[in-house]
Amino acid sequence: MPINYYIFLSIALFCIGIVGVLTRRNAIIIFMCIELMLNAVNLMLVAFSKMHHLKGVATNAAAGSEGQILVFFIMVVAAAEVSVGLAIIVMMYRNIHSVDVNFLNRLRH
Amino acid sequence: MKTALDIVYLVPLLPLLGFVVNGLARTILSKRAVSVIGCGVVLLAFALSCAVFVEVRGGAQLATEYFSFIRVDKLSIPFSFQIDALSTLFLLIITGVGLLIHIYSAAYMHEESAPHYARYFSYLNLFVFFMLVLVMGGNYLVMFIGWEGVGLCSYLLIGFWFRNHEYNRAANKAFIMNRIGDLGFLLALFWLIGTTGTLNFADIFSGASRLSTTDVTIITLLLFVGAAGKSAQIPLYTWLPDAMAGPTPVSALIHAATMVTAGIYMVARSNVLYALAPVSMYVVAIIGLATALVAASIAMRQNDIKKVLAYSTVSQLGYMFLALGVGAFTAGVFHVMTHAFFKALLFLAAGSVIHALGGEQDLRNMGGLGRKLRLTAATFLIGCVAIAGIPPFSGFFSKDAILLSVFVENKMLYAVALLGAMLTAYYMFRLYFLTFSGSFRGTQEQATHVHESPAPMTIPLVILALLSFAGGFVNVPSVFAAGAEYLSAFLSPVIRAGEPPHIPHSTEWMLMGLSTALVLIAILIAWLQVRRERFPEPQGLGKLLANKWYVDELYENIIVRPVHRFGGFLQTSVEKPVIDALVNGVGRAVNYGGRQLRLLQSGQVANYVLLMVISMLAIFVLQFFLRK
Repeated sequence: MPINYYIFLSIALFCIGIVGVLTRRNAIIIFMCIELMLNAVNLMLVAFSKMHHLKGVATNAAAGSEGQILVFFIMVVAAAEVSVGLAIIVMMYRNIHSVDVNFLNRLRH
Repeated sequence: MKTALDIVYLVPLLPLLGFVVNGLARTILSKRAVSVIGCGVVLLAFALSCAVFVEVRGGAQLATEYFSFIRVDKLSIPFSFQIDALSTLFLLIITGVGLLIHIYSAAYMHEESAPHYARYFSYLNLFVFFMLVLVMGGNYLVMFIGWEGVGLCSYLLIGFWFRNHEYNRAANKAFIMNRIGDLGFLLALFWLIGTTGTLNFADIFSGASRLSTTDVTIITLLLFVGAAGKSAQIPLYTWLPDAMAGPTPVSALIHAATMVTAGIYMVARSNVLYALAPVSMYVVAIIGLATALVAASIAMRQNDIKKVLAYSTVSQLGYMFLALGVGAFTAGVFHVMTHAFFKALLFLAAGSVIHALGGEQDLRNMGGLGRKLRLTAATFLIGCVAIAGIPPFSGFFSKDAILLSVFVENKMLYAVALLGAMLTAYYMFRLYFLTFSGSFRGTQEQATHVHESPAPMTIPLVILALLSFAGGFVNVPSVFAAGAEYLSAFLSPVIRAGEPPHIPHSTEWMLMGLSTALVLIAILIAWLQVRRERFPEPQGLGKLLANKWYVDELYENIIVRPVHRFGGFLQTSVEKPVIDALVNGVGRAVNYGGRQLRLLQSGQVANYVLLMVISMLAIFVLQFFLRK
């Protein structure tokens, strides 16, 4: 399968994520969109690493493995981020009884 | 064995120590301790100077480098001292006369509170330190350090009573006028570095003949500008009379005996250069003579006892420069020495009078003091006789040596110089008669309080009177006694330029008789005039003289006011509309920009993310297009 398909898919996922972050007000949905963007990147990395592996395997058996390793890192960090993020959202709900991010505009002051 | 020359650096260091101790501990020390420290260090310096003198007289010399002061590329200026006949003579004058004046000050300044008393002595010690550095310096830069230092001390001591604004103005005037002269000195130093690559006296003088005449002329003229500032010559002399705002002993030490003679020292030190520049010599002689005459004429119609002495100092300095200008360097230095004795004496005696009258300085409120202040009057009279040049007092020998050299060089200048000598005798004896003879013109209260000064003040007077009388015998011309020109012989290793004039003894006798007779006539005129009418209403020429030829007004109008006006113009039309506007404009722009940018900070997370995305897109696009 050509690399182009993966690229278009991952761009589509990424754009959906951005639009979601920009347009939605619900913190949980924004959070999901962020995850979507992360995974779009992961998909891209995996696709490219596969491509590099196929191209360079003749000279180097480990060719393209860096991208896959990076994906694992991203997954670990994303898991940590989710736990922190969800905790913040829970605290936010407890304090203002809403998960609408537009309520949180105190930074303006 | 260690000789005095090996520890000669202690001569200036001791007064510096006195300055540090008195200056730092001024709130702790008692007045007695302060005066003991202040006088003690100068006494030690004087004792050491005497030892140095004995050694130098025996033929010893010293030129030593203590450390490297400036080293840039090929230029190397060490901090060096040079002790030879000329500097030794000045060492003796500075520490000797300085010691007497320190002792005198201990009594004169006794009414000051202890911290101010200590401040006074610390300044005085600092002055002695810088003056010693000036005369001991082995190159022009060390001399310049002392030169600036004495200017600073002069400023500090003129403005010693700093609560009086007039005094502060006088101090500023002295400092600023000196700065004008110092600029000339500095330029001369740069010129010397540019042409010879060194400031060392020995190197410059030994290689002086290789300099072009233009260079030598410019250097010597610039040096003379510096000398004119420090030694109060036309056109920079007006600060000295105003400098009388300081305490009287300060006037005696700084503005009569030592600092103002620094210019003469500098020219005498550079005699090798001056001898190569006849134009400069001529300028020096003319300026000196003009100053001597103008100042003497002003002194005739002043009514402040210290002002008369101040103008007299300016006039005598003019004589010294006249001597230097006609190549009689020894005569000029000789006059520095005798002048230090009799002018210090006159100032201290005047201080004694002022002290007795409780601060009165106006001649119109004096008179008849000779009966009450016998010692002061007697010593003052000796000073007057000495400065007028009546044989065998010291002033006669030194002034006669100058007049003789001028006669040999130029008859025209001689006639004018003789007129100046007459004026000198006239104003000095007018001063004496107005102060000490006749009847007292002050208030009744003053009359009852008049008292002779205490011993610490009168003893220096007596010593200085003896010196004023006998000081001339160190250089008796050959017409009186063969081989008695000790000073000329002593200075001959340093003063390489110029031979003593050789004229027939009969002419010399005649000239001496002429000058003495004219001086006696001038004294007679003074006596008659004071008897007839003490303070004539000034009119015509007298009014011109009483107002000092309106030189201060002239300077005020052609220099000070235009400068002030120019400053005001710069303030209103350059500083405010241009510089201030620029500075304020930057601040205002930042302020405005900040206020506008603040609107971006809405607090809406979505906005921030949107901005972030747009920016990232922009970066990508730029990267993409700018790559090529």
